[in-house]
Amino acid sequence: VSLDDWITALHLLSAFALVGAMVVLWFGYLALRAEGEASAALGRLFKVGSVAVGIGLAGTLVFGVWLSISVDGYDPWDGWVIAALVLWAIAGGTGDRAGKLSQQPRGVQQALVLHTVSSLAIVLILIDMIWKPGA
Amino acid sequence: VSLLAFIRPDSWNFPLLVHVGGAMILVGGVLTAASALVVARGDVRVIRLGYRALLAVALPGYLLMRAGAEWIADKEGLNEQGAPEPDWVGIGYIVADLGALLLLIALVLGAIGSSRVRKGSGGEGLLKATMVISIVLLVAYTVAIWAMGSKPS
Repeated sequence: VSLDDWITALHLLSAFALVGAMVVLWFGYLALRAEGEASAALGRLFKVGSVAVGIGLAGTLVFGVWLSISVDGYDPWDGWVIAALVLWAIAGGTGDRAGKLSQQPRGVQQALVLHTVSSLAIVLILIDMIWKPGA
Repeated sequence: VSLLAFIRPDSWNFPLLVHVGGAMILVGGVLTAASALVVARGDVRVIRLGYRALLAVALPGYLLMRAGAEWIADKEGLNEQGAPEPDWVGIGYIVADLGALLLLIALVLGAIGSSRVRKGSGGEGLLKATMVISIVLLVAYTVAIWAMGSKPS
C-alpha cells in the first residue's frame, strides 16, 4: 500500500465522517424543531455532529488537495477539482451558518433550510468525485 | 476511488454512486444511532431518535450499498466464475455480510429495548447492547472503507 493509497483511504474516511455528521445533524435539527428547545442530551448529540463535521471538512480538503497534486493526471486547477472546492466552501459556509442559527430562538427552521443546502452541496461533491467531468 | 477513475468506464459510475452513496447513508445511520445511544443518558426521546436512525437510515443505506456492490462487482467481472478476488473485495464482502447480521440483531434488540423504556419497564440493557453493536459496526466499516480506499493487493 503506497502513500497515495493511504491518503486516498484517509480522504474517503473523512468523506464518510462528513456525511455521517450531516446525518447526525439532520436528526438533531429535526428533533430540535419538534421539541422547541435542546435538551442536555440533544446538545451533546449536536456536539458529536459538530466535531465530526470539522474532522470531515478538514480531512476531505487536506487529503483531497494532496491527491490532486500527487496523483499523475490530476491537478488542483482541474475543473472538477475547482468545482469540488467551491461546493466544499458552500457546504462548510451554509453548515456553519445553520449551526449558529439553530442556537437562536425560532432559528431552527432557517437552520434546516441551510442544512439542506449544505447536504445538497455534499451530494454534488460525491457526484463530481465519481464522474470527474473533464478529467 | 480517484485512482480507479483512470481505468473506469463511464458505465460503472452510476453503480459506484449507488454503492458509495448507500455506504455513506449506512455509516451516517449507524454513527447517529451509536452517538444518540451514548449521549442519551436516560433521555428517552434521544434513545428513540437513535433507534429510528438505525431503522430508517442505516437499514435502507445497507440495502443500497449491498445492491450497488453486486452491481459494480458484476460490471467489473468480479462475479464471474474463476475470477480472482482481490483482498479488498474480500474484506468488503466479509464486513458487509457479517455487518448485516449484527445490524439485524441491533435492530431487534433496539426495538424491544426502546419499547420497554417507553413503557417504563426496563430495556436499558438491551439498548446498551444495541449501542455496543453500533460501535462494533462503526469500527468494522472503518476497516472496510480503508480497504476500499487503499485497495491492498
